[in-house]
This record gives sequence, structure tokens and C-alpha cells, in this order.
Amino acid sequence: MLKFVVRRLLLLVPILVGLSILVFAWVRALPGGPEAALLGERATPERIAAVRHEYGLDKPVYQQYVTYVGHVVTGDFGQSIKTTRPVLGDIKVKFPATIELALAALIFALVLGIPLGFIAARRYQTWADSSTIVGSLLGISIPVFFLAYLLKYVFAVKLHWLPSTGRLDPTIDIPHPTGFYVLDAIIAGDWHTFVDALRHLILPGIALGTIPLAIVTRITRAAVLEVSNEDYVRTAEAKGLRRRTVDERHILRNAMLPVATVVGLQTGLLLSGAVLTEIVFAWPGMGSWLYDATFNRDFPVLEGGILFLAVVFVMVNLLVDVSYGVLDPRIRLQGK
Amino acid sequence: MALLSVEDLTVTFSRRGRRPVHAVDGVTFSVEAGATVGLVGESGCGKSVTSLAIMGLLPRRGADVGGAVRFDGDDLLQLSPNAMRELRGREIAMVFQDPQTSLNPVLTVGRQITEVLERHRDMRGRDADREAASLLDRVGIPDPNRRLKDYPHQMSGGMRQRALIAMALACKPRLLIADEPTTALDVTIQAQILELLKELVVDSGTALVMITHDLGVVAGLCDTVHVMYSGRIVESSDRRSLFAEPRHPYTTGLLASVPRLDSPRGVPLRPIPGSPRDLLPWAQGCAFAPRCTRRVDQCTAVAPDLLPDPVTGHALRCYNPWPPGGEAVAVPAPIVAEPIVAKPAVRRARKKP
Ligand SMILES: Nc1ncnc2c1ncn2[C@@H]1O[C@H](COP(=O)(O)OP(=O)(O)OP(=O)(O)O)[C@@H](O)[C@H]1O
Ligand SMILES: [Mg+2]
Repeated sequence: MLKFVVRRLLLLVPILVGLSILVFAWVRALPGGPEAALLGERATPERIAAVRHEYGLDKPVYQQYVTYVGHVVTGDFGQSIKTTRPVLGDIKVKFPATIELALAALIFALVLGIPLGFIAARRYQTWADSSTIVGSLLGISIPVFFLAYLLKYVFAVKLHWLPSTGRLDPTIDIPHPTGFYVLDAIIAGDWHTFVDALRHLILPGIALGTIPLAIVTRITRAAVLEVSNEDYVRTAEAKGLRRRTVDERHILRNAMLPVATVVGLQTGLLLSGAVLTEIVFAWPGMGSWLYDATFNRDFPVLEGGILFLAVVFVMVNLLVDVSYGVLDPRIRLQGK
Repeated sequence: MALLSVEDLTVTFSRRGRRPVHAVDGVTFSVEAGATVGLVGESGCGKSVTSLAIMGLLPRRGADVGGAVRFDGDDLLQLSPNAMRELRGREIAMVFQDPQTSLNPVLTVGRQITEVLERHRDMRGRDADREAASLLDRVGIPDPNRRLKDYPHQMSGGMRQRALIAMALACKPRLLIADEPTTALDVTIQAQILELLKELVVDSGTALVMITHDLGVVAGLCDTVHVMYSGRIVESSDRRSLFAEPRHPYTTGLLASVPRLDSPRGVPLRPIPGSPRDLLPWAQGCAFAPRCTRRVDQCTAVAPDLLPDPVTGHALRCYNPWPPGGEAVAVPAPIVAEPIVAKPAVRRARKKP
């Protein structure tokens, strides 16, 4: 198992090299540079040249790349051109926000999706099954930003049930040792803040979690249908086990194997692709941060942020593969 | 009163847009306590469906079950699903054909045994583990304490089937149904498993319904044999008489297609011509008629009934049976474990990952 993990981590090196080159080339291929965003359109050529020189943008691209890699290897991701804050420092603030939102979305998807998929499989080819299928099709095809706006409009703007933007009420001020506000509230022992943080998570969590919910529901349904026909489920029934035992121990446990795979893929996507949701709900996470950086042609932020997300993506998938081994002894005990 | 009596059991599968399949078509037989009964026939004749109907394991939708299955006087077909769950695994147990797929791959073998003990014998923790180990020991699995922690994929096929038998016998059921328990195994292992089953049912007084397409299995094991064709019993009798004086052309065909000890070398086996698919619906005559060498006109007009044969006393469904002793058919070689072969085979199986 350890060997497997190490091998996967080593695989990360070529991925990162390739990706960094791509990102590097991409941001430089964007029309306009950071100087335009920084200085406005009427900047004098001298000022522009000065800024370009300051950030080393007047040098050949390959030279810039070598310098950049040199810095990154020593842990220096540079600083934002726009805000001059260190990129790594910003990531430390933005990433917990993104994780928190992704977790909320994932919990929403799993807590609803697994039972829904299971029930649909149980009621195979009844109206409950059909409506689950239709619902999940809708969930997959509805545009995220549309859903996000709809949720915000109905539940925040019209009904005032839930907050519409941000992670916390602006009047609340508690220390943030972890950057996960829900966790921070628990650490501070502040019930009011805890509830407020949760309330802020609900709408963006649903908006972001709808696609994973639809996918988890469908995969669970298909897996349960398939596993239910396995011989070992018949054996379990022949033993006279309670229905609940058969369902949970024999059917669901095996049906979770394919679900774990898609959950892993979805987690990677949730962590790196929450841009639209973050923008609609003004959620200060990685997505909206990189979105702004793209507009500002903020090269260091884009490069650092995207590389960081790539590492996260690979790590999550590694974690999924490891968890697969935990779920499935045939993989865990390979070669033993 | 018989322990199990199956009365006019019918199972019809109906699916929208398709013609209904009469998989079991009026099957009647009974099993006395402690007896071993064979249910023999080619693939697709309805053996498994019969056993699943007895167990209450047929899908609830699409399978129409008629007749009665009396166990200890109660009609199992009338019991509630929960009442059946209480009975299954405790009073009636079953062993299936394919040990490769019949065990849950993500649970240890030990867990799959203790869950039966938990459910029906109220045993927990250490007690259950100890009992599970002794069960594995009883079915001849060496080093049972270590084997409890194995996952199915770490065991050989023969050992898995032993584990499945251990699960089935965990609550000392009064009836065990074994559905082709040896078909998926190597020949030497087959013999061992049959020997084991025989030993266990004799020891514990469990009645056994042995389902097989192999008359060799029946020859060494069963008191009574029912031969099935296309969902109906075509001949039944006690084993000795069936092998000595087979009457139904299908029975003789089955016998002729099984290797025999006394047949001279070089004499080819004679398989029954045609396939079970070339059958006539019973409504139009005898289903076996299209493959039958002794067919008469009557056969394709009206299906024969299952009647006592005046000559041998068999129950027989045929207008033109073989005369007794006419076509001498010897008892096929029973499948028996040879101890010299059996011992090393066990050890070899143990080393397999
Ligand atoms: N769930 C089902 N739906 C529809 N038809 C079925 C179903 N199960 C079995 N059948 C049909 O019932 C008939 C009898 O099947 P069964 O499995 O009892 O045969 P079998 O005698 O056990 O054969 P084998 O030796 O291959 O196990 C077959 O024609 C089969 O196609
Ligand atoms: Mg079968």
C-alpha cells in the first residue's frame, strides 16, 4: 500500500511540470498583460515598460519560466500583482473556504443521493423510480449559475430565509484559527456563529451539490440494482437474515464501491470548479479568487492557484484509491 | 407425515410483452425427515426454480407461484415474508451452485458465518467466533481459527463451498437443499464435497434435497430420485429400482449418457439426441416427444399423466416406456472420494491464495 502511495506521489512530478508549462504559456497568451489591469488603459508606454520590467515580463518566456520554477521549488509562489499579497498566504485563506463549501455540497449529495438511489432501485420501474431518474436528469442538466441565482432569488431575496452572500454575517467577529468557519465557531464555543456559518453554507452548498447529487443518485441506483442480483445476496437471503441486514451489510456495502469512485472524481471537481457558485454567492474561495485573477491578468496568482489545485486534485484521487482498498479487501490484500 | 411435501407446485414467469414461462408445472414430491431425495434433470428443466420456490426466494414480481409447500404441516407459500426469514437458515437451509460468487467479497468468511449464529442462535462475540471455528472444522477446513479471518477470494473453490456448507448447517436445519453444489468444482473436490454432505446429513439427521443433472451424484447419495423434464416430474422411484429398471426414455437416456464403471473401454457415451430446447409445451403432448426414440402417436396428442407403473411401481409419465430389463442400463459409477487422492488435495487447496 505504501509503495502504491509513493508511486502515485512520484507520478505527481511530471504532471506538475507539464501543467505548469501549460499554465505559464496560457496566461501569457491572454491578450493584454497585468500592466493594463494595473495601470488602466491610458498608461504611458514608459510606465508600462517599467511595470513589465519590475515583474520580469520583458525577459524571454523560457527565462521567466526557469526563474519561476526556481522560486516555486523553494516554496515561493510570488505575490499578487494586483494586491501585492503573497500568493501562498491568500491560498491559506481562500482554500479553507472552498473546502468548506465543497464539503457542504458533498454531504448534501451523499446524504440525499445514496438513500434516493437505493429507494429508486428498490422500487425499480415504479413511478418513484422513474421520477428519481427524471429528477437526476434535471439535476445534471440545469446550469449551475442559473440554479444558484434561482436559489438566491427565492430563498434569500424574496423569502429572506437564508443569507444571500458571504460566509458569515459581517457583524460577527471571531478568531479564525483553522479558516473553516464552522470549525472555528465550534472552537470558539459560539453557538450563534456556528448556526450563522451553517446558514451561509446552505444555498451555495445546494447549488454546488446538485450535480453531484444527481450523479450519486444514479450511480447508487445502478449499483444497487446490479448488486441485488448477485449470488451472495441470494445466499444472505437464504440465511434468513433480516431485510435490513441484507440491505446494509450485503447490498449497500458492495454498491458503495462504484459510488466511492464517482465521489472522488466529484470531490476533485468541487474543489477546483466552484467558480460559478462562488461568484453568485460572493463566496471568498479559490474559484472567485482565480476568476478575479484572470481579469486582472494576475500571473502569479493564476500560476500558483492552478498548480495548487492540480496538486489537490491528484491528492484527492489518491485518497479515493486508498479508500477503495479500505472498502474492498480484494484490492487491499493484493499480492498477499 | 412427511417433513416437506411439495404439492402441485407451479411457477410461472410472466413478463410484459413475452409469453409466460411455465418453469415448474405441477411438481409433487415429499421428503421424510432425515431422508435424501434427488431431483435430477437437464439444464433448464426447473430444478433451481423449484428449490427457490420452496425457500421463498423467487422474485416477488414476475413470478407466479401456485400449489402448496408444506413444511412440518405449514404451507410455506402462505407464510409472511418475515415468518419465512425466521425459518430460512434455521429450519431450511440451502447451498448453491457457484461458490465463487455465492460469498460476499467484502466480508470475512468468519463474519458470514457468525451473522447466521447471531440471527438464529443469539450468539455474539467470542461465543459466535468459537462456534464458527468449530463449524469450519466440521466441514474439514484446516486451521479454522485463521481461516475465519480470510476473505472469500483468499480461499479455493472447494474450501469456499465447504464454508457455504458450514453456514447452511450452522443452525442444524431439518432440511438442506443443495442446488448442484459440486458442478463448479474439480472432480476430486466434487467427490470430497459429496462425501462431506453425506456424512453431515447422516450425522445430524438433516433431510437433504440434492439437485443435480448428474446421475452419478444421485447414485452415491439419494434414497429417492425424481427425474424432471421441462418443469414436470417424468419418473420417480427409489434409487435402486430406478437404476435397475429405468422405464422412461428420458431416464434411460440420462443413464446412457453418464460414464459407467462396467462399460467396456471405447464404447462411446450416448447423449440424448436434441437439446432441452426442442420441447413441446405440455399442453400439446409429452414435452420429451420431439427427442424420444419410443414416441408413439398418442405422445403428441395428449400429455401423459404421472401414474403408478404396474410393473415396477415407479411413478411414470409415459405411454410407451422401456420394458423392464429390456435395455439393460447399469448403475453409473457413483462419485466417491478416494481417500488416497483426497488428503493431498486438501493440502494443495490450502496453499492456494
Ligand atoms: N427469473 C426468471 N425469469 C424468467 N424465467 C426464468 C427465471 N428463472 C428461471 N427461468 C426459466 O425457468 C426455467 C427453469 O430454470 P431453472 O433455473 O430452474 O433450471 P435448472 O433446472 O435449475 O437448470 P440448470 O441446470 O441450468 O441450473 C428455465 O427455462 C429458465 O429460463
Ligand atoms: Mg439450476
